Amino acid sequence: MVSIAPAARRRTVATIALVGLVTLLALGSLGTGPVKLSPLTVLDALFGGGSDVQQIIVREIRLPRAILALAIGAILGLSGAALQGLLRNPLASPSLFGAPQSAAFGAVLMISLGLADVRSWALPVAGITMAFLSVFMLLGIAGRNAGLLLLILAGLAISSLAGAATALVMNLSPNPFAALEIAFWLLGSLEDRSFRHVTLALPFIVAGAIILMSQRSAFRALSLGEETAQSLGVNVSRLRLLVILGVALGVGGAVAVTGTIGFIGLIAPHLMRPIIGHDPARLLIPSALTGSGLLLAADIAVRLIPSTSDIKVGVLTSIIGVPFFLYLIMRERRALGGGVA
Amino acid sequence: MTDQTLLTASHLSVTLSGRPVLHDVAFSLSPQHLVALVGPNGAGKTTLLRALAGLQLSTGAIHIAGDALASLPLRERAKRFGYLPQGHVVHWPLDVKDVVALGRYPHGATDPARLTSSDKAAVERAMRATDIVAFADRRVTELSGGERSRVALARVLAVEAPIVLADEPTASLDPRYQIDVMKNLRDVADSGVLVIVVTHDLGLAARFADTVLVMSNGRLAAQGSPQQALSDVVVAKVFRISAYRAEHRNETIILPWAGV
Repeated sequence: MVSIAPAARRRTVATIALVGLVTLLALGSLGTGPVKLSPLTVLDALFGGGSDVQQIIVREIRLPRAILALAIGAILGLSGAALQGLLRNPLASPSLFGAPQSAAFGAVLMISLGLADVRSWALPVAGITMAFLSVFMLLGIAGRNAGLLLLILAGLAISSLAGAATALVMNLSPNPFAALEIAFWLLGSLEDRSFRHVTLALPFIVAGAIILMSQRSAFRALSLGEETAQSLGVNVSRLRLLVILGVALGVGGAVAVTGTIGFIGLIAPHLMRPIIGHDPARLLIPSALTGSGLLLAADIAVRLIPSTSDIKVGVLTSIIGVPFFLYLIMRERRALGGGVA
Repeated sequence: MTDQTLLTASHLSVTLSGRPVLHDVAFSLSPQHLVALVGPNGAGKTTLLRALAGLQLSTGAIHIAGDALASLPLRERAKRFGYLPQGHVVHWPLDVKDVVALGRYPHGATDPARLTSSDKAAVERAMRATDIVAFADRRVTELSGGERSRVALARVLAVEAPIVLADEPTASLDPRYQIDVMKNLRDVADSGVLVIVVTHDLGLAARFADTVLVMSNGRLAAQGSPQQALSDVVVAKVFRISAYRAEHRNETIILPWAGV
């Protein structure tokens, strides 16, 4: 029988290396800010040592931020890999079905109604509710056994609707400050997030991740096309529903506490394919780890980049992500033998 | 039902968006047979195959070894039918051995890196039967069309199902590969499996099949041995052609010749 050892070993080594990298970045995230702390001081403060001030900085101020970066980066990477597996298309991303845009609309509505300051849970709850509504709308429009093209078109319509609704809310905002607050919130940031945000977002992120991971082997069968996967015993329409639900839960929860953070879900699986291979099932965990690493790194970078006002992490991921997306499109065009335009 | 019957269909009908595509199809087929399903474009061949595989909702009854197909859970159904679709699409550049190992999916082997010894043995048998052991570690996207079709066939054989359904397995292959694929399927049938092959090639059907089902406008126009089912009368009525017939080394040759 053919040996499978070298590829399997490479995957294991890569995964362990990623875990190490993410751990280092998490420590870096805890140490970065107006008060710079060394990794050792961070570890010390994390487990109850060091001065009171250091403990408060690490455990109260920076730990929620690092946990959110870790979890949200992971769910974005995981969702991206899962959707690329479901659609068998390397250009798919979590924003495809409109869940993040709808979650953003829900959150923005709360900000404009002035509820975000009074009750900090109003924002995530509204975001997640809207993400769910978008899924029900999607299935209502496209039908239960809809094909992918129909789902994608319905998703496009829903994300446009959510975008339009967000614009309307900004348009109707009572004063320019509210509009500015919304605009800044939409840019996506992990600043000043507390443990309350963590407890609000994490259950949804974990639930979404569990749903997506439970379907992992089906993605592999789906590499042979929907018909063949069905003939191998995969319930393809159920799989489709579960993946969209998992993405809505996870990404909805994430967007609701941080605003929109783009392109991590698109990029993470691509960074892993040369190392892990193209098997969509094996890509899930490494993509989640890569997503964590990317968001942690971006969130450290926004704190280090000198600028007159804060650069939002969502802006940074988009500025890096868009050229990468363009590169992917160009490469796909070449791979498909598309005509020279 | 006799011991010799593996797959029966009765009153099998399929309606697609209001249009009847299959109408009252009935047959009963035995193991160790290669059955060719022929008919003009749009006659309902692929629909029939998909209905048999449970990929297409149908009315009427399909029984496999006495069990009603509709009563079987998806997994169980998947163990009984190996389905080879048209085109042999693989969307990601997976390793050949991993693609073949997906044939063990219905048996619970969802990860090609963790196969039981019986799964491994089945994968190995399938790769040997289709002569693809030499490129087990290559990516399926790097292979030629003919090699890829053998990988697809190996994946179906790895299921080790009692019934294999193949939708135009010889389409877009060069003559040598067409013969190879049909010989492979013939060997599979001889090993005890019921193989149903959709084909447009009456010559291959006449030469390799034990039984021919001729479809026309969603109905079974004829069924029986190649000589009976592909008689001059049937061929003229269903395909609107005349055929040249001959014998070569004790095998039947049918060559579509002219329109009638």
